[in-house]
Amino acid sequence: MEELSFNVDHGYLEGLVRGMKAGILTSTDYENLSQCDTLEDMKLHLQSTDYGKLLSSSEEDLTVSFVDSKLRENLVTEFSCLRSNALPPLSTFLDYITYNYMIDNVVLLITGALKQRDVEELLPRCHPLGAFDQMAAVGIARTPTELYSAILVDTPLAPFFQDAVSETNLDEMEVEILRNKLYKAYLESFHSFCKNLGGATKDIMCPVLEFEADRRAFIITVNSFGTDLSGADRSALYPSCGKLHPEGLQLLAKAEDHEQVKAVADCYSVSQTLRT
Amino acid sequence: MLLECMMNGHAILYTGVTLAFWSTILIVGICYTIFDLGFRFDVAWFLTETSPFMWACLGIGLAISLSVVGAAWGIYITGSSIIGGGVKAPRIKTKNLVSIIFCEAVAIYGIIMAIVISNMAERFTGTTPETIGAKNYQAGYSMFGAGLTVGFSNLFCGICVGIVGSGAALADAQNASLFVKILIVEIFGSAIGLFGVIVAILQTSKVKMGD
Repeated sequence: MEELSFNVDHGYLEGLVRGMKAGILTSTDYENLSQCDTLEDMKLHLQSTDYGKLLSSSEEDLTVSFVDSKLRENLVTEFSCLRSNALPPLSTFLDYITYNYMIDNVVLLITGALKQRDVEELLPRCHPLGAFDQMAAVGIARTPTELYSAILVDTPLAPFFQDAVSETNLDEMEVEILRNKLYKAYLESFHSFCKNLGGATKDIMCPVLEFEADRRAFIITVNSFGTDLSGADRSALYPSCGKLHPEGLQLLAKAEDHEQVKAVADCYSVSQTLRT
Repeated sequence: MLLECMMNGHAILYTGVTLAFWSTILIVGICYTIFDLGFRFDVAWFLTETSPFMWACLGIGLAISLSVVGAAWGIYITGSSIIGGGVKAPRIKTKNLVSIIFCEAVAIYGIIMAIVISNMAERFTGTTPETIGAKNYQAGYSMFGAGLTVGFSNLFCGICVGIVGSGAALADAQNASLFVKILIVEIFGSAIGLFGVIVAILQTSKVKMGD
């Protein structure tokens, strides 16, 4: 019965996304590119793909940073095109994707403000997908509470601030803790959204988000060895939507060295790929 | 917990309306039985007291409106996919209009049958079941039945052709050789609308309204 009403809201975007997927480089393209000797050869090979128009429009050399900036611009254009035509629940889903970049931008701006960098210098380095209106004002805040009540309460990041509001001044350590708390709230919110949608979204997104949650837990644990972040503080930063919840996270909070972390990873066979 | 069982506002609304409807029917039925008014539920009286014109006009209305709903449904399903796929693969634009034409044909069947049926409605004098006569009753019911037949078969035919056409457009955008094969599926889907028209013509072939 899905097909009867799916095309009302999402038919155009489905056709568009399928067209975009067909434009991704295939293994034959990669083989051709690996046989190129000069930049001109590469340009020639890329002409026939969807990327030809993007990269051949200017006179500059094909440096890595040029390719990177052009492709990022293209990604942002295509994403905005999809987002502006989207209806709920697709629009909410695409918004969730941008919150990740917003959190990174906020942390970048605060860190830059702490190092006395100019806001104008930092704004171009923010990821365009995570842009929001009050970005320029973020550097003024001194504590997380100030940040929230003055600036971020009107942005979409407001619901993720429940645990992160605190009176301590923002320094390097605090900024990282803030980032992890925001990310934890965001990941759990995204996971419950995908779970409520059900169907193919749940089947594909929930394992991906669970893996991301477990990955974050391991990274936070390993990075906190040697700093003064205690086990109790650590466990406040672990996202609880992964497979490690709740026993694995308790074990990780108590772990003091790499051996114990490896032992926790061994218990959960899905973490095999994480072990190196 | 009860709030979690309800997914969203629409679900609550539909359950509420269904519940209200069935409880009204149940309560009215119980009241009629208790108060010994069961004789008022009289199907024969209903069928003889309603004018054959009502049935005839209902049939004409259903023929055209249900066919148009089916055609519209099919066209929007196919149209949005053609537009979406045509952004990155512009070559599919012209060929896939054939799917839209198949959907439109369904609406044309509907209007033809509506015109054919409405031409059979003639005046008759007679106000009581005896004076109206069996022929007029038969005419009214046949026209209603024919309208229902052609309306519903075109409704589902239109939806079918629309969904297949949407798949044809998206497949054509990826691989041009698939279009002709999927078109064959569409032709079979389109044939079922024609079956409805044929049966409706047979139903109204013996209709003779009038004195």
